[in-house]
Amino acid sequence: MSRFPAVDLGRVYRAEYGRCVATLVRLLGDINLAEEAVQDAFAVAVEKWEVLPPNPGAWIVTTARNRAVDRLRRESTREARHAQALLLYQQDQPQEVGPVKDDQLRLIFTCCHPALAPDARTALTLRLLAGLEVPEIARAYLVPEPTIAQRIVRAKKKIRDAHIPYRVPGAAELPDRLPPVLTVLYLMFNEGYSATTGQLIRTGLCQEAIRLARELAALMPDEYEALGLLALLLLTEARRPARLGPAGELVLLADQDRSLWNRALIAEGHDLVRRCLRRDRPGPYQIQAAINAVHTDGDATDWPQVLALYDQLWALLPTPVVALNRAVAVAEVHGPAVALAVLDDVELPGYHLLPATRADLLVRLGREAEAAAAYDEAIALVGTETERAFLRKRRKGLDRPAR
Amino acid sequence: MKQYMLAVHSVEGAPARSDEDTQIAYAQTDKINSELQAAGAWVFGGGLLPAESATVVRVDKGTTTMTDGPFAETKEQLGGFWVIRCADLDQALAWAEKCAVACMEPVEVRPFDGEPEN
Repeated sequence: MSRFPAVDLGRVYRAEYGRCVATLVRLLGDINLAEEAVQDAFAVAVEKWEVLPPNPGAWIVTTARNRAVDRLRRESTREARHAQALLLYQQDQPQEVGPVKDDQLRLIFTCCHPALAPDARTALTLRLLAGLEVPEIARAYLVPEPTIAQRIVRAKKKIRDAHIPYRVPGAAELPDRLPPVLTVLYLMFNEGYSATTGQLIRTGLCQEAIRLARELAALMPDEYEALGLLALLLLTEARRPARLGPAGELVLLADQDRSLWNRALIAEGHDLVRRCLRRDRPGPYQIQAAINAVHTDGDATDWPQVLALYDQLWALLPTPVVALNRAVAVAEVHGPAVALAVLDDVELPGYHLLPATRADLLVRLGREAEAAAAYDEAIALVGTETERAFLRKRRKGLDRPAR
Repeated sequence: MKQYMLAVHSVEGAPARSDEDTQIAYAQTDKINSELQAAGAWVFGGGLLPAESATVVRVDKGTTTMTDGPFAETKEQLGGFWVIRCADLDQALAWAEKCAVACMEPVEVRPFDGEPEN
């Protein structure tokens, strides 16, 4: 048994799983074989690692490849024969040259293929590229776990049965193939930023999402929504150092120590937003980036400008989550009573931020008993300890008998 | 290589196409057939007569029964199909797009089970 600390192996798994699976899919031509091979390799790592190898990802890929070769020799299924032939063929091939050499990007475009159901695309990408487990994806989506599990199984089966290719689409196809990829990167970043279970911030996921968003933006400099997404992620990531206080507690935007914000990321994000504004072809990601540019500009947020941008976003994207975020801006500009009325029309079953936002507005209106009830509702739904502690603290001051 | 069926779906009871449009669709379809053959993607294809010309044969415990009309009592019926051979779904979808334009009907792409024999 390994003397290597289990906690570190978990970290390596998170960091390397997606990269390794993506490369093994290219080597083996089959997603299930690739996942099995990578899992085999991590099982070997648990046995063998006493210290971390210099390049854990390369170690896992080599081991996974060797284990796959051994396994394929023993099996004679159609997939096994196909994968064996592919491995043999690749030994004699020069390195592939193309606009993107990244296996992960290739896999993202496969996972986000328009022949797959939209819900399945994101679930599959989060599973394969981010290494998220089914319960984590289920919480990110606010849907039951069996639904997610079934979506992933069906999508993998269709990729194999219908021969959905493993490649980055050509220039002519990109405009249609890009939006689902942007959605997936956005959700991947969100999962890392406000991880639904356990530790609040899973930095690795955020960095992976930013890395992939950077590659996309470089690949498609004329796709302004790709630039907008990158700007949005950078401006959100820039505030991360101030998001948790010394005791690991959640700190709201208004109370954050702005000197902790990452100035380089903010400058890069603002620059991207200005490029988008000059182009003047707004889309949902560009507007959200602009909102975050306002939040990170100067000493305090210019709320009327934020609300104007949310109105613009709402016109393009009238979803309940946009309505909820817009209501927060409404409260700052027009007061909590107006915002509360806006929230009456919002339905987001299972999402803790709706009752949490209502609770905050009720506190500001002095309706403390109702606020306490709304906090209790939010606490029952929340997925991370950090956020639960935050909500409990706010709930505590209201602990008086209901009128 | 993989084989796909491109199935042409026509809706029963939809307004009949004008003779002129029918002739255009036939001519365009002939052109696509030539393109498929030139590209080496053609396996087989053809148009079908309307569903009322169909007969369903059932064998149950050694007893054969025949019924007049199509198997599925739906509004959508198979109007014709191609079987094509290509590398992956993206190529099949690109052909399906051309076929749908040519025959002026929706086209369903279904992969065959297994690899084609030479």
